[in-house]
Amino acid sequence: MKTKHRITMAIAALLLIALYFLPIWSISLEAPQYPEGIGLNIHIHTIEGKQPQDLQNINGLNHYIGMKKIEPDSIAELKYMPPIIAFLIVTGLVVAIWGNKKWVMTWLILFMLLAVAGLVDFYLWEYDYGHNLNPNAAIKVPGMTYQPPLIGSKALLNFNAVSLPHTGFFFALASMVLAGLVWWRERVEGKDEKNS
Amino acid sequence: MKLANFKSLLWGLPVIVILSMLMYGCPSQQQLGANADAAQKVYVAPGEYDEFYGFMSGGYSGQLSVYGIPSGRHLYTIPVFSQEATNAYGYSEESKPMLNTTHGFVPWGDSHHPELSQTDGVPDGRWIFINENNTPRVARINLSTFTTDEIIEIPNSAGNHASSFVTPNTEYVSAATRFSIPMDDENLNNEDVPISEYSEHFKGTLSFIKVGDDGKMGIDFQILVPGFDYDLSHAGKGPSDGWSFFTSYNSEQAHTLLEVNASKNDKDFIAAVNWRKAAEYAAAGEGRMVEGEHYRNYVDHDTHTAKSELIEEVRVLDPRELEGLIYFLPTPKSPHGVDVDPSGQYIVAGGKLSTVIPVHSFEKMIQAIENEEFEGEIDGIPVLNYDAILHGEVENPGLGPLHTEFDDRGNAYTTAFISSEIVKWDLETTQVLDRIQTYYSPGHLMIPGGDSQKPWGKYLVALNKITKDRYLPTGPELFHSAQLIDISGEKMKLLLDFPTEGEPHYAQAIPADLVRPNQTQFYKLEENNHPDAVKGEDETRVERDGNEVHIYMSTIRTHFAPDNIEGVKVGDKVYFHITNLEQDWDIPHGFAVKGMNNSELLIMPGETRTIVWEPKKVGVIPFYCTDFCSALHQEMQGYIRVSPEGSDVEIAYGTGQ
Ligand SMILES: [Cu+2]
Repeated sequence: MKTKHRITMAIAALLLIALYFLPIWSISLEAPQYPEGIGLNIHIHTIEGKQPQDLQNINGLNHYIGMKKIEPDSIAELKYMPPIIAFLIVTGLVVAIWGNKKWVMTWLILFMLLAVAGLVDFYLWEYDYGHNLNPNAAIKVPGMTYQPPLIGSKALLNFNAVSLPHTGFFFALASMVLAGLVWWRERVEGKDEKNS
Repeated sequence: MKLANFKSLLWGLPVIVILSMLMYGCPSQQQLGANADAAQKVYVAPGEYDEFYGFMSGGYSGQLSVYGIPSGRHLYTIPVFSQEATNAYGYSEESKPMLNTTHGFVPWGDSHHPELSQTDGVPDGRWIFINENNTPRVARINLSTFTTDEIIEIPNSAGNHASSFVTPNTEYVSAATRFSIPMDDENLNNEDVPISEYSEHFKGTLSFIKVGDDGKMGIDFQILVPGFDYDLSHAGKGPSDGWSFFTSYNSEQAHTLLEVNASKNDKDFIAAVNWRKAAEYAAAGEGRMVEGEHYRNYVDHDTHTAKSELIEEVRVLDPRELEGLIYFLPTPKSPHGVDVDPSGQYIVAGGKLSTVIPVHSFEKMIQAIENEEFEGEIDGIPVLNYDAILHGEVENPGLGPLHTEFDDRGNAYTTAFISSEIVKWDLETTQVLDRIQTYYSPGHLMIPGGDSQKPWGKYLVALNKITKDRYLPTGPELFHSAQLIDISGEKMKLLLDFPTEGEPHYAQAIPADLVRPNQTQFYKLEENNHPDAVKGEDETRVERDGNEVHIYMSTIRTHFAPDNIEGVKVGDKVYFHITNLEQDWDIPHGFAVKGMNNSELLIMPGETRTIVWEPKKVGVIPFYCTDFCSALHQEMQGYIRVSPEGSDVEIAYGTGQ
């Protein structure tokens, strides 16, 4: 691989460091009583309120409809995610130093598979929170479940829930695009050299 | 002097008083801006904010009310000198120390003059101070929480009317005794003497309260003054910064039937106090320390709990021994208000019985002091020559001029109590420019920033003493009326008329943008270091200690923990220490117990409050949340079982199942 492509590949790997600092997903809740908004930011290692007190308040509101408490410490995914990202960074750097375009593609496919798995897992997690309700809940609306949307917005009783990727997600996306670009340029420039 | 002239006018006074009283029955409505223009100017659409916070003293309610201007909306009432059962101010264990005095616990006081803290002569939105007259006290209110943070008692004072006026950088809040009292020479202790010996024994004090950067108040010094009544004050600014001005009446030193006996002298005095010089004397250890027990009560923010500190001594400066502290400015006929214009050049007095408004010049005053143009001396205080210090007299200013505020264009506005009007005049020429009727008998008036160096001269609020026939009647007692007047043009225009709580004695206003961004929305639970706080339901418990039972309870939407308590007995002293675990704006919880001889509690999010209950009857007693907090608020309740004295029911408690 060309040096500039190795550098680009290294950047693609290193971009993932941002995921340790920036949230990857956000769920915002809007209701008449919360004109200032209330919401959660999902990081690879934790879930935080958009304001420090939001998590407590969301848990407080959710208990009326029988939803489980969101307790970041008890969510297994938040324990697996940081080492998975670390693995991608390290392997990405290995590819940048010693790899070729095939290795780049392999890394990219692996990354995408992990990302899809992550989204599926996130959906299942939301499903569980939204459907697995305490039968003794104070407020029971027949047929009502409270699963937030994976992406987009959805009305849940008095709340409108908006779920969208956050900044960390776009760093991951940029990392994928860069790796794809490296693979693509290597292919094109390799062909050019053959043809000339 | 113009005494003869004045006397002949005085004859006309009863006629005018009677005439104006007859006119109450048929208020002239022609100046009421009851038109679309006025409505538009005061209309604040739903969800929009007022331009100014208006702070109006509660007078005999002892509190401070907050209004939106220009809408006249009542936003809030801040408890200050009186107990407030609504939120247990003065009833809860945490707030009771705020009302400690050397007379013991004093649950009521009359609040008078609010004044905003200033930086460089401009209101800065950090605090507002307000005084109490009856049991001399000064309070500091924090404008991030709209709660009373500190109250200091003023020793050697009897009636604290001439406060709480701040210097341009809030270096000092000044105060003065309204009533003089007999004070012994040694320690200024109130003496047992015949009242008829007033002139021999009675004295007054002017007090200067130093304010720290954190707001902490302490009496730096008091100045001994002759036994007159001291009425109102204002600090100098700009060129007159470093001076404070106090009006006095009863220079006759009468002690009975003052309406006649204190109205004899043609001139009383404004005391011009060189506070900067006095502060230097105090710092140099001049004067003497005397007994002067007084309380300083303050909120410890770490524990959200008020604490009391007894201070034993106070420094007293005597103008007979220390030169240049005070000069008397002769001022016609029982002056009431004294107001310094934004430039700091002019000192305006409101002579209650005077037919002119005297305007003194600060520059001329300093010259007169240098040239020693003295008419005499009272108790070591030089009396300056009236004509030497006079800038001018406003002729025909209305009857009973009381108070003056200023706009940012060189105009002064004075309330005329007897003729029920506000008179606008030019500070330079002292010519009357405009007048507007008020309904009725205005005392103070207020222009946002109108007593500072930066008036926001758009609105004027008249604070009227008589309300009848303005609103739907409410029996013999009526809230006082305030009137909002547009002063942005050449002619004053009445825009709005709204009732206010208690007696809105004086008021202040500040642009909302200087206060709103600093609001506390809830107290952070992790910063709550109240010794009886619980940080979660797992910490809630009930403990017996002799005949005291301590209940460490939490509230959250929508239950108490614990909500079933047993083992309490008749004769116990039950302490409910309740922590509101909410961390959300505008979610207080309330707490009340059936038959409790105390108040309810209102506990702000993240706060701990304690209330004491002494059960007297056997039975199961309900308690509940009093502040509608959520859909299941009505379910937020619990029971406490009270067993007979000496019974062996063990302490038991729980929530759930
Ligand atoms: Cu409640």
